[in-house]
Amino acid sequence: MARIIVVTSGKGGVGKTTTSASISTGLAKRGHKTVVIDFDVGLRNLDLIMNCERRVVYDFVNVIQGEATLNQALIRDKRVESLYILPASQTREKEALTKEGVEKVINELSDTFDYIVCDSPAGIEHGALMALYYADEAIVVTNPEVSSVRDSDRILGILQSKSRRAEMGQDPVREHLLLTRYNPDRVEKGEMLSVADVEEILAIPLLGVIPESQVVLNSSNQGMPVILEEQSDAGQAYDDAVGRLLGEEREHRFMTAQKKGFFSRMFKGG
Amino acid sequence: MSFLDYFRSKKNTSANVAKERLQIIVAHERGQREQPDYLPQLQQELLAVIRKYVQISDDMVQVEVDRNDSCSVLELNVTLPEK
Repeated sequence: MARIIVVTSGKGGVGKTTTSASISTGLAKRGHKTVVIDFDVGLRNLDLIMNCERRVVYDFVNVIQGEATLNQALIRDKRVESLYILPASQTREKEALTKEGVEKVINELSDTFDYIVCDSPAGIEHGALMALYYADEAIVVTNPEVSSVRDSDRILGILQSKSRRAEMGQDPVREHLLLTRYNPDRVEKGEMLSVADVEEILAIPLLGVIPESQVVLNSSNQGMPVILEEQSDAGQAYDDAVGRLLGEEREHRFMTAQKKGFFSRMFKGG
Repeated sequence: MSFLDYFRSKKNTSANVAKERLQIIVAHERGQREQPDYLPQLQQELLAVIRKYVQISDDMVQVEVDRNDSCSVLELNVTLPEK
């Protein structure tokens, strides 16, 4: 049985696809057979972030509608063994994802994969509901910013009421907070919500903190999941998050501001 | 932290304002989330019945469900206009 993990947030642009790409790459790098599914029908982008946009022939909706087999649609990652991508359809309407269709695909993937990572679209409409419906676990991607935190809380409410686990009265979806675009300098100046603030408001366990980093844009430009930039702070922070997802104890890093010299501390006013 | 920071009030940072605003709105929205789906319609129909007898505005009827361990209480508050 595969573990089904949805990467969700409510708000757009907080780093869901970046996170889906890195978490799935990290899981596969550790030898777990992993597939990452793009649920953003009509606005597919995971293929670009994973650098396989020119290899898309068939997509998720083709498989659901029986126009292609799963094996025809799955794209094998060229960098990491045991990593596969199932791209979203770029042309169909969102309603093409049906509960039954998604279930059929997920069941078939469950037979051969260890992890199924579902990259949710933004919002709380049909596509987002389909992405989270079958989840065992949820990574709630949040920026330290008011609208993102509020939308994350909304998504948590939906996970607790609209997921299959909730509807069937099973154990609830396991929730993880992933705080992205974190800037410790601004937190220290009182300009940004701290990790502790967001944890206190959302009240779910912290999976990781990804620092705001230029590496994220640089790697997405090149279609390289950030986690493969092993020397970078953001890449290492994602690797820590994957470790914690697998039950390892990892100390949180990159959460405090760089220490400044004595004089700049005295005169720069914080 | 600079020594100048000791003279600034820690309370006034924009992050603190954000946190307080979030705590209020999130608590409010969580309260509404736990309410049953039929509540808005119930409120509308109660309003219609009361209006047969007294003219009141929309915000003068408040309906809430309080859940305890053993039972749920439907709480209805109607404010009548002054004569």
